[in-house]
Amino acid sequence: MPDPRPLAANDSPTARRDFLLRTVAALVAGAALPLAGLKNVASAAPPAAVAGGPTGPVPTLDISPQAGEDVLIRMQRELARALVKPMDERKWGMVIDTRKCVGCAACTVGCSLENKLPPGVVYRPMTDTEVGTYPNVTRRFIPRPCMQCENPPCVAVCPVGATFKRPDGIVAIDYNACIGCRYCLTACPYQARTFDFGADWTDNAASGRPAALALDGATGYEHLAGFEYGEKWTRAEGVIPQSPVGNARKCTFCAHRLEKGMLPMCATTCIGRATFFGDLNDPTSLVSELAASANATRLKEELGTEPKVFYLL
Amino acid sequence: MTANAQVRQPATAAVLSGLRYGLFAIWLLAAIAGGYAIAQRLLLGERLAAYSSYIPWGLWVSAYIFFIGLSAGAFLLSSLVYVFRLRQFERVGPLALFVAVVTLAMALLSILFDLGHMERFWEVYVRPQWHSMMAWMVWLYTAYFVLLVAELGVALHRRSSERSSSQLLRDDRILLVLGSIGVPLAVAFHGGVGALFATVVAREYWNTAVFPILFLSGALLSGSGLLMAIVVFLWPRRDAAWRQLVADLARVVAGLVLLELLLEFAEYSIPAWYQVGPQSSLIVYVLFGPYWYVFWVVYGLFGVAVPLVLLTRRDPFVRGIGAALVAVTFFAVRLDLVIPGLVTPELRGLERAYLDPIGGRLSYLYSPSVFEWQVTLGVVAIGAALFYLGQRFLPLMTDVREDRSKERAG
Repeated sequence: MPDPRPLAANDSPTARRDFLLRTVAALVAGAALPLAGLKNVASAAPPAAVAGGPTGPVPTLDISPQAGEDVLIRMQRELARALVKPMDERKWGMVIDTRKCVGCAACTVGCSLENKLPPGVVYRPMTDTEVGTYPNVTRRFIPRPCMQCENPPCVAVCPVGATFKRPDGIVAIDYNACIGCRYCLTACPYQARTFDFGADWTDNAASGRPAALALDGATGYEHLAGFEYGEKWTRAEGVIPQSPVGNARKCTFCAHRLEKGMLPMCATTCIGRATFFGDLNDPTSLVSELAASANATRLKEELGTEPKVFYLL
Repeated sequence: MTANAQVRQPATAAVLSGLRYGLFAIWLLAAIAGGYAIAQRLLLGERLAAYSSYIPWGLWVSAYIFFIGLSAGAFLLSSLVYVFRLRQFERVGPLALFVAVVTLAMALLSILFDLGHMERFWEVYVRPQWHSMMAWMVWLYTAYFVLLVAELGVALHRRSSERSSSQLLRDDRILLVLGSIGVPLAVAFHGGVGALFATVVAREYWNTAVFPILFLSGALLSGSGLLMAIVVFLWPRRDAAWRQLVADLARVVAGLVLLELLLEFAEYSIPAWYQVGPQSSLIVYVLFGPYWYVFWVVYGLFGVAVPLVLLTRRDPFVRGIGAALVAVTFFAVRLDLVIPGLVTPELRGLERAYLDPIGGRLSYLYSPSVFEWQVTLGVVAIGAALFYLGQRFLPLMTDVREDRSKERAG
């Protein structure tokens, strides 16, 4: 029987720390890889658009297409191309290939870290359901970001217009306007919105000197600002809670990354390359091609919400 | 007066005085428990509430639609006096309007505590969204609130002794105009509360055209039940006219219990008849799920069966208990309306997809926390205090002119 712990020899605290550091460094480098070939073309940049236009120079990619290249490279190139267009001429969309999804939840975790999500707030959960009966059993994984509907029910119900559809199709929330009534949470047919109750990951955790090392790291992390919608958000509870505490929250297709020329975190962290992202208005984009596949479908088509997230079955 | 009655009177007075102290003690306890929770809500936010991201509306929203229904119902009953001129209910006019004001205040407090950002409520007025049913509801009840206060002012003024007959006629005309605007307004705003739920296509349980109608019938039922209970237990002069008033109100309330029962039957039987379709399982959940007793015992037994028996008795106090039961147990109907609409995942497997180990906010199980009940108790205590002050200082249940004419006749 093989040794279940083949790395036991390296299991000292120092070796583990080195291993973790190396892993983190590799992950960061991996996430930044598509940016390696970027150069700035300030002249092509449109003026910074209100509510989510590119801020600063728009990056482009000078790697020419190659046979067998990673789809991330292609999507990165297409992203840079789309950012040059005026905002209302882009239509961001996502395609998720359920046949390639292995259910690793790297997208869920990547998203939660990117957006500094507190407990109870999730933008991209992944459902893991068992299909069939023994001996014909399989597991079905369906990652569920916000569908960024063309006809979003959440927008129509908001009593103060705090949630709205941007010209590029992303459904956004104005954290400074949301009153926290949660009507949008009830109206979303995909339950893609969660409410920030103000909880922190270290709530009820052990405190005091012996636990300080672990706790300091965690509290440090959870008080880092988030950058959704290109603004700095520091959460805090109180008599008047500091947004996004007390607000509805949702996936933004990482709008803040897009405007810096980066793909959404979930597309970047997907180990099986099962998440594709791009401009549905560009007929040559990968997402346009895939969304037109015969096996492409959308969730709850019958409601007429026209999601911009497609699933390949 | 017989000797026997003379002996009994001090004992009755002692019992009443004891009852009064007992009620005050209960109120004080409710005010302390509720006040503490309301302070926690203001300082710590919604952390102690048990509702979640998947069941985002819970006890407070149910309390809100319950209280606001009481208000609309009491107001519509007052329109029998001021718009439809039904003389047998004339004496309860100002009381009905005052109950409508107090219960509206209770409703607004309940929903205010439910907001993530209470300090931003004013945005509903300055950022108008014409397509949002919630925005319409807020605007309509604001208009209703203004109208209600104005109408109450005129109705109370009318009761003062200095009004000449020409002034009284003018008061009647003003009340007729205000009431005539108020009736469609109350129907629109409370129908609007029903539509707020009914228009949500994502929730099959709510998405039914019967909801706005059901809200109105429920408002009439619970509002008139509450009003009748107040008339029975708190009316100062228990004469023959009072007995007649109670008998008339009992007939109205019993009729409304039956109307509500009919509409509830339609609501539950139609979507579930063939036991297929999206609503079917939710209705089975309400009727036979873990909270089956809310429907069968709280509503069916204590909201319909027992009150129907009590309302048809001759003793006004027994009838009053029936009316009070109707008003109080109607809260169960409201809970059964809000929460079952939210208990099933919209996507299969979402309940296990990602968990919240800290606050359990990604759960489809909901049972109101003690804190939520405490806040609601606090709101009830505030309402009771407002009502007490109103009936102490305003001529809600006494008519100066009526008393004077009786004195003259005597």
